[in-house]
Amino acid sequence: MKNALQTVLALLGEDYDSILQAWLETQKAEGVRRPDLFSDRESRRQLGDILRGLGEGISRSDLSEGIALDADSWTDLRATLDEVTQERVERGVSPSEMATFILAMKQPVFARLRERLAADPTRLIEEITQFSRVVDALAMHTNEHFIEARDQVIERQRAEMMELSTPVVQLWDRVLTIPLIGTLDSMRAQEVMENLLNAIVEHSAEVVIVDITGVRVVDTQVAQHLLRTAAAVRLMGAEAIISGISPKIAQTMVELGVDVGEVTTRPTIRAALAHAFRRVGFSIEKVENARG
Amino acid sequence: MTGAAAAPRRIELKAERDIAAARSAVSRACDELQASALRKVRFVTAVSEIARNALEHGGGGTLEISASRAPRRIAVLCHDNGPGILDIDQAMRDGFTTAGSMGKGLGGARRLVDRFEIRNRPEGGVEVRMSSQV
Amino acid sequence: MADTASVYLVEHVLLVAIPDNITDTEIMSLQEELSTRIVSDGARGVVIDIAALEIVDTFVGRVLAQLSSMARLLAAETFVVGMRPAVAMTLVELGMDLHGSRTALTLSHALRALRSEGLA
Repeated sequence: MKNALQTVLALLGEDYDSILQAWLETQKAEGVRRPDLFSDRESRRQLGDILRGLGEGISRSDLSEGIALDADSWTDLRATLDEVTQERVERGVSPSEMATFILAMKQPVFARLRERLAADPTRLIEEITQFSRVVDALAMHTNEHFIEARDQVIERQRAEMMELSTPVVQLWDRVLTIPLIGTLDSMRAQEVMENLLNAIVEHSAEVVIVDITGVRVVDTQVAQHLLRTAAAVRLMGAEAIISGISPKIAQTMVELGVDVGEVTTRPTIRAALAHAFRRVGFSIEKVENARG
Repeated sequence: MTGAAAAPRRIELKAERDIAAARSAVSRACDELQASALRKVRFVTAVSEIARNALEHGGGGTLEISASRAPRRIAVLCHDNGPGILDIDQAMRDGFTTAGSMGKGLGGARRLVDRFEIRNRPEGGVEVRMSSQV
Repeated sequence: MADTASVYLVEHVLLVAIPDNITDTEIMSLQEELSTRIVSDGARGVVIDIAALEIVDTFVGRVLAQLSSMARLLAAETFVVGMRPAVAMTLVELGMDLHGSRTALTLSHALRALRSEGLA
């Protein structure tokens, strides 16, 4: 059986270097080469890998039934595309840049097909149409992977940011604090809890002070989050103290009917710390004749 | 394709041991998806609840696990051989119980997963579908 | 049944580590064994180490809570120790805070607490 893309296949074998070069130049002309993000060597490696995978895929596929990129014959190319996409996403290229990056492969191949098949217009149209379909499929696959990879990058950055915004601090041997600032929605409350519980294990902490001095609003939901955190801390075998409860917050909590049960609360972090020290068996003393 | 699912796993729930088998199979599936510790524990706990429910109230059943990578989701389908549940809304309420358990099982499972569907199958038995992003 | 929990008596305290994937029947018989042993060994404390448990569902949570209430009736204090962070969060979400049991980070923390109360 004749391969529907036999001329393209031949070109990829004989004209590999010049196609790669022309593809790179088309990318440059389209403004998607991004020399600020990728060195010449990196770009050449990415394009080279794709062209090789493309050649293999075409030679192993029966294209008479249309192109099915999820077939086994395209496994290597899919892996290469995913890898290249991942690299480009990580460095911040946009979805349209990524699509143009792939589609720019068409022009150099079309130009060469026109030269080779000048005498056989039927064949020329056939190969151009087929090759165009293949490249479109690659661009589509890349786009799918692009979205997925970008979601992962965003999720990772969000997690990193969350960790930065809720630092658990060791105040003393076996005493931790987590100063909460801003708003405490369900998502963030869960992160806070997770960070805090992991820190309890890491530091063998026995008392943790959850300081809400910087929390803007304490409504029923926020109060529930705080009490759940305290309950989880207790299940781990440590004690939670909620500190920074201003008179206004105390008033709101009573009005909302929030019952803190057996959870220890303190108006200030200072009062909480004094309680924590007693719990772990330390006391703070005034030193006579202290200087400074 | 990137969204290709791993082969689903099937566990027959006939004896108590099978609840543990269901848990560890789902746990492994979560590990393969590199689920976070918390997301995994939440989902496996929910599986434990519905598997026990199928065994205790449904006289046994089947649990099927499926996983997808893009997006990373884990799902189970559990159906039992029992008579079905007369009032599903009531059964989902915390505290409801027919067999002396504390009755947080099904309602608890629903709180631990992203999607939870329960229905009486026309051919008999209760069917629970749950899935979560991990 | 090779990995069934064994109960040890140390300084008037019964110690038991629950293995992962313990079955419902096994944990029920453990509950029974502990109540018998509290009386026969004259134990004043019980420490249950659940560090090996990957999950604690409502059934196991309920058994742990019952065990604590039962031990208290027999004049023994129960400590649940070694709970993993994700397990603690999940239990709270299930509305099971084991308020009848006492908790500690590890076995040695529980023993220290029991000693300071003159129970070990």
